[in-house]
Amino acid sequence: MNDQLKIGGRDFASRLMLGTGKFATPELMANALEASGCEIVTIAMRRVDLSDPKDDFLKYLNVDKFTFMPNTSGARDAAEAIRIAKACRAATGSDWIKVEIHPEPRYLLPDPIETLEACTQLVKDGFTVLPYINGDPVLARRLEDVGCAAVMPLAAPIGSNKGLTVKEMIAIIIEQSSIPVVVDAGLGSPAHAAECLEMGADCVLVNTAIAVANDPVLMARAFKQGVEAGRSAYLAGIAAPTKGEAIASSPLTSFLENGNARV
Amino acid sequence: MQEFKKFSELFQPAIADSINSKLQSSHVDIPSILAKEKLDFDDFIALLSPAAEKYLEQLAQRSHEISLRRFGKNISLYAPLYVSNECINTCTYCGYSRPNQIKRRTLTVDQVRKDAEALRASGIRNVLLLTGEHPKKNPIPYLIDCVKAMRPIFDSVQMEIYPVEVNEYHNFLAAGIEGVTVYQETYNRAVYDQVHVAGFKKDFDYRLDTPDRISEAGIRKIAIGALLGLSPWRFELAALGMHLKYLEKRAYTSALSVSFPRIREAAFYLPPEHNVSDKEFVQIICAFRIFSPDVGINISTREEQVFRDELIPLGVTAMSAGSRTDVGGYSGPSESTEQFALEDIRSPEEVASAIRAKGYQPMYKDWDRLIEAA
Repeated sequence: MNDQLKIGGRDFASRLMLGTGKFATPELMANALEASGCEIVTIAMRRVDLSDPKDDFLKYLNVDKFTFMPNTSGARDAAEAIRIAKACRAATGSDWIKVEIHPEPRYLLPDPIETLEACTQLVKDGFTVLPYINGDPVLARRLEDVGCAAVMPLAAPIGSNKGLTVKEMIAIIIEQSSIPVVVDAGLGSPAHAAECLEMGADCVLVNTAIAVANDPVLMARAFKQGVEAGRSAYLAGIAAPTKGEAIASSPLTSFLENGNARV
Repeated sequence: MQEFKKFSELFQPAIADSINSKLQSSHVDIPSILAKEKLDFDDFIALLSPAAEKYLEQLAQRSHEISLRRFGKNISLYAPLYVSNECINTCTYCGYSRPNQIKRRTLTVDQVRKDAEALRASGIRNVLLLTGEHPKKNPIPYLIDCVKAMRPIFDSVQMEIYPVEVNEYHNFLAAGIEGVTVYQETYNRAVYDQVHVAGFKKDFDYRLDTPDRISEAGIRKIAIGALLGLSPWRFELAALGMHLKYLEKRAYTSALSVSFPRIREAAFYLPPEHNVSDKEFVQIICAFRIFSPDVGINISTREEQVFRDELIPLGVTAMSAGSRTDVGGYSGPSESTEQFALEDIRSPEEVASAIRAKGYQPMYKDWDRLIEAA
């Protein structure tokens, strides 16, 4: 079956993206990426020295194997995000950018106003733009309208492992979007990831739940399986749950059975 | 727009009395506090209290788990760079205190650059600029020139200098400062007055409101702290925790961190009257982490090497490494007296190896100057 994820004019077999922060060692990060089967990885520009080929991160990342999606983590406003995006493109040649603008450092929640402004500009500048957003269906449509390649609504605050706390809003985003919906942040277990795919999300991005697991490589594989199970179930068509016993009498429609109804 | 009360207006003697009476309370249920998702200030005081001592392992496990989720297995490395030890303040606990007959020195901007390059060559990419307070020897325009000289050499330049005004912090921000550290030293007003014998530093409230001014200037990182050993420590940390919570609202866009270095014996100091044991120090780290899951916790080379290594999984987020506390010490022979004696004299790479041995990743870089406006 040809079930490819299409983002920015490219096809991907994997519907799991990985973040590269919080790992105990770069080797462990590389092994987890491998086990997850992911093809798209995000990396914080502030953490790497893109000009240094001996940089700990870059040394362990196979540049031919992955699509790199640098992120603008650390940016507090649109101007900073745009500056980071341009520096990343100059250093890597890749025009993919995950726009992440969080004015507050505690919950790292995205600023919708600055995000829309940055994305509008970056799309005009030829970037493939994937913005990190709150579960806000109207904002998701505004970002689609300005030409973003996908939207990345959060399930819960970064690192919280709480799963789909804004499920209703994400369902609306999925229903209304014509671009891929990547559920990002807050997924704590493969079951959470499966749940996203089952409800029709196109992809998920996971970092903390894998990076800080006792065995990150095994957890990466588990997320791969969760994502695949969720996607297959979505494609197979999940039967709606039954709503209890059959109804014995029909108070609202029994008049149709009294012999007087026109046939 | 919301008008904030300054912290000095809130932190009045009545508040201090109420903290002290809460610290006396023995009716606290530590296990149920540890089960909470969000703690209030009374819970934090309970975690600092003697009643929490027997739950130290549980505190440590909760702290470790929260730290892992929020910060992962990463520890940031930084080092201090002292540009001047000239100081007009008389402070009983500090090696740079005015009456002390020590070798005084202020680096020229060229010497600062040379020292910075030597420090950068050791692997350090995040630097903390420090100075004494002397209006003639190390005035603000000189410090701004130092920041500008250091900016191209490091990924991140932060500073720990005497308190200044909002517009002056703004100038430092424009010069490339990412963060500012200002310790209250002691939150006990009476003790503050005793240990700060003379000089600008004697003004308790001006210092207390410094983080408000740093935040108002738009600086990204604010570090606050208390020196342990000057007064009963539980009160100091309760007050530090209150200041932290105040700033979480007041300085909504700033990343906050805390430090609580223990004063050591050294030339010119007396042994601390209010000793904090290693067990109590661990209790303090855990209490802060559980109270404020996102706060940075910095551990300096004042702590001993073996002890520092054991603290890594407990909630620490940043450690200094390869530090010199004399002026110009990275690039040349020591020509000045250090501010305090170091307990951990390992090189940055040795500290990094110790971090790796604990299953954590040392992080030399977590900022990029390209993010800031040119």
